[in-house]
Amino acid sequence: MTAVASPRRPARSRAYLTGAVLAAWVLLWALFGGQGTLPLGGAELTPLHERIGQAADAVDAGRNSNPFFLYFVNYIRLVIDAFVTFVQALISSPSFGRPVPAVGWLGVTAVASAVALLYGNVRVALLTAAGFVSFGLLGLWQESMDTLALTFTAVVLSLAVGLPLGVLAGLNDRFDRLVSPVLDFMQTMPTFVYLAPLTLFFLIGPASATVATMVYAIPPAIRVTSHAIRQVPPETVEAGASLGSTPWQLLRKVRLPLAKRTVIVGVNQTIMAALSMVTIAALIDAPGLGKTVLKALETLDVGTSFNAGLAIVIMAIVLDRATSAAGRRVETAHRAGRARSPLWRRAQVAVVLAVTAVLVYLSHVYVWASEFPAGVDAGSFVRSGVDAAAQWSQTHLYATTDAVRNLVTYGLLNPFEALFTGSPWWVVLPAVTAAVLALTTARVALVCAACLALLIALGLWQDGMVTLASTLVATVLVMALGLAAGVWMGRDDRADRVIRPVLDAGQTMPAFVYLVPILGLFGATRFTAILAAVVYAAPVAVKLVADGVRGVAPSAVEAATAAGSSRWQIISKVQVPMARRSIALAAGQGLCYVLAMVVVGGLVGAGALGYDVVSGFSQLQLRGKGLAAGLAIVVLGIMLGAITKAVARRAGAAARGRR
Amino acid sequence: MTGTQFARPGAVALAAAVGLLISGCGGAKVGESAAPSGAASSGAKACGAFNIAINPWVGYEANAAVIAHVAEKSLGCQVTKKDLKEEVAWQGFATGEVDAVVENWGHDDLKKKYIEDQKTAVEAGPTGNKGVIGWYVPPWMAEKYPDITDYKNLDKYADLLKTSESGGKGQLLDGDPSFVTNDAALVENLDLDYKVVYAGSEAALITGFRQAEAQKKPMLGYFYEPQWFLSEVKLVKVNLPPYTEGCDADAAKVACDYPPYELDKIVSRRFAESGSPAYQLVKNFTWTNEDQNLVARYIAQDKMSPEDAAAKWVADNPDKIKAWLPAS
Repeated sequence: MTAVASPRRPARSRAYLTGAVLAAWVLLWALFGGQGTLPLGGAELTPLHERIGQAADAVDAGRNSNPFFLYFVNYIRLVIDAFVTFVQALISSPSFGRPVPAVGWLGVTAVASAVALLYGNVRVALLTAAGFVSFGLLGLWQESMDTLALTFTAVVLSLAVGLPLGVLAGLNDRFDRLVSPVLDFMQTMPTFVYLAPLTLFFLIGPASATVATMVYAIPPAIRVTSHAIRQVPPETVEAGASLGSTPWQLLRKVRLPLAKRTVIVGVNQTIMAALSMVTIAALIDAPGLGKTVLKALETLDVGTSFNAGLAIVIMAIVLDRATSAAGRRVETAHRAGRARSPLWRRAQVAVVLAVTAVLVYLSHVYVWASEFPAGVDAGSFVRSGVDAAAQWSQTHLYATTDAVRNLVTYGLLNPFEALFTGSPWWVVLPAVTAAVLALTTARVALVCAACLALLIALGLWQDGMVTLASTLVATVLVMALGLAAGVWMGRDDRADRVIRPVLDAGQTMPAFVYLVPILGLFGATRFTAILAAVVYAAPVAVKLVADGVRGVAPSAVEAATAAGSSRWQIISKVQVPMARRSIALAAGQGLCYVLAMVVVGGLVGAGALGYDVVSGFSQLQLRGKGLAAGLAIVVLGIMLGAITKAVARRAGAAARGRR
Repeated sequence: MTGTQFARPGAVALAAAVGLLISGCGGAKVGESAAPSGAASSGAKACGAFNIAINPWVGYEANAAVIAHVAEKSLGCQVTKKDLKEEVAWQGFATGEVDAVVENWGHDDLKKKYIEDQKTAVEAGPTGNKGVIGWYVPPWMAEKYPDITDYKNLDKYADLLKTSESGGKGQLLDGDPSFVTNDAALVENLDLDYKVVYAGSEAALITGFRQAEAQKKPMLGYFYEPQWFLSEVKLVKVNLPPYTEGCDADAAKVACDYPPYELDKIVSRRFAESGSPAYQLVKNFTWTNEDQNLVARYIAQDKMSPEDAAAKWVADNPDKIKAWLPAS
């Protein structure tokens, strides 16, 4: 996508070649349009789908007799259940024969703030305290604590599994290559696909919800840890080895300490991934804020769902800022060495712990510190305010929103979709392969051809093409937004400070919260689905582009300014080209995030693969098809991921070559 | 960020002192006021735990809330509500995690799997609610175009119902993913100039109809009753060729309306054989569509909690409750 801008000759001939392929495709579409499009109706199944469904049934049947279940899965379930129940007993549910949890709101807030203070800094500690108090003010203390308990358990277990595997992947190339596609699979497979089968293995209850969350939260832990271990400079390790350290000592004394800061980034991403599963896990009775959101969706109660969504966003921001601060602190400590005396530090720690202990004790004993006072209720203001805003926009804005929707649908989406779904498969497959070959390498083109062939084998060719067209349009919009806002943020720190929390909210606000308002504005259409995907995916793209623009050497910008370039020239000739690698990365990540929303899109009118997955989750007969559709989404993810990675690599090489 | 990483110890000590001071002032202690425990246990036979699944729609929740209320207050059961999708709830019968599903829409596939094959579930009779599935239009359309309620006239309005999604044909907005629809086959077999567009969720369908009525926009969509939304906007059903026994046997050739559904209750075998009074309650429970719509409206429109809504309805209808309680 970004190759067109490259000034070198091979790139230009690549662009011509790609153009020629596309022209041939359009010509063939005009000639053979409507043939070989391999459609499959909503309730129709292929023999493969039926076989997948039967296989799932066989697993059901073997659950109580198979030793694998009796001696392995069941114990995992018992351990996880006990863990979650224990954490809930501590902070969220009545326990130990008392009508309230062991630690009340004051104690939990104190502990969280103390942790933020000891591992981060004063500012983060204050933010944490304010965030936790706001859960109570929103009237959602218990729900928030349930969510926190589940997230905490899932994160602890994910790290317990993920960190050792990540270290192993960091040390061993073969293991890394082996595990990488599995992680891709875990991240792109839609949760809806494995949610119902999970309850077969782990039964209904906290264990299933925790495992569903872990499937999504483990990959970043493994990936980032592996990356962190690899980042350690080889000279340092060699120096350690020459001093006669054993491999185990090298790991503990050299690699892990040096990798610590990046590992904390992995912890941060694991937490964020776990939190993003809160709403979906509520479909299998996971307690907490997700339930509030889903319940409100049943009655289309926008205010209530927004209120709960807000609590999720606050929790995400608090946890994100706290772990980031911890990461920065490790870095500064590493740079500065031990600045202050251990005695001083010990005194501080002792005081903080003492105060925390007092507050925890108070919240254990006294009602006022245990149950959040009911008198102050900001939640009702939030609810009614949001309700009024949603009402107003739905009655007054629809004329404008109709126009916007029709513009994008008729101008961009329908042509794309007509080309992909209207052409025979024997035109699309070679055309896409040839275009990819022109843009990247033969290996990537081969991967694409294989992926497209797999779509046919899965029996979901046409649905796959519809989803692919929507995905591409959404990605184009994401990148347009990402470039505009990202360049602005990268050039202007004040804009960055204002926009960044909005981006955080866009990423962590559960999609179920804003489905109803955007449905009211844009109807159950593919455009609504695209919009939902853009809301979720644009923040990542914007942040990456902003980081890239900020990373451009100031000397280059100064030189251009001195040469009398206008602001627009600086942006278009210096900053954007030099940030090309970040922009390519943003496109790749944006695409992944758009794909993650395919299923949500299926809930609001996108049809195609997303709808197949949702209906497979809801209807027993369609289970096989739902699984196949989940696989098809994974296949699309692999294909688009391979293309963007290759393009990003080229962009990176080109950017380096120019310098 | 790299500046002071700590509050002064002095300030911290002050905070601690204040904390201690507050604790000295006291306040109500946890567990001091004895909880009114023994109240529920008196008079009731051993009911014990009663796990009721909550499927994700308001009508279901109305049934479950009323049953749970009666079970708790009159029978002294310990009711646990579990929020689950249909199929997941049925899975729970085998493991004892779910005792009862109190509004089931057909689901012959699940009945075959869990009642006939696995024998973990049994039927517990109808709820008294009649389920209707079909095609609906907003009331303003039925008023302005009275003949639209006959499927034979639908083609006349295909132009009116065109949208950006329907590719030049009229749009039939479909697709609550929980139901099997024959609509694609129906459109084909009735030879209508329409395209089925999959909305994908109940929220999408309701929002569509709500906007259509508010803004007098044309819309034709799949819907069903009982449903709380019908008490907000009284949708009008389009008549398809009437249903006759077996006319929907071949899904590909179906050309008739959806069958009327007798909504019923399903319980786990274990629960049915336990002799729990809660089982008797579930088995005896029946009420009318009006009853359910009323409770559903308390929940959905008056924004009452399901518990409050149930309590209110139960207080207003003591006679109906009496009929459900186990005879003893």
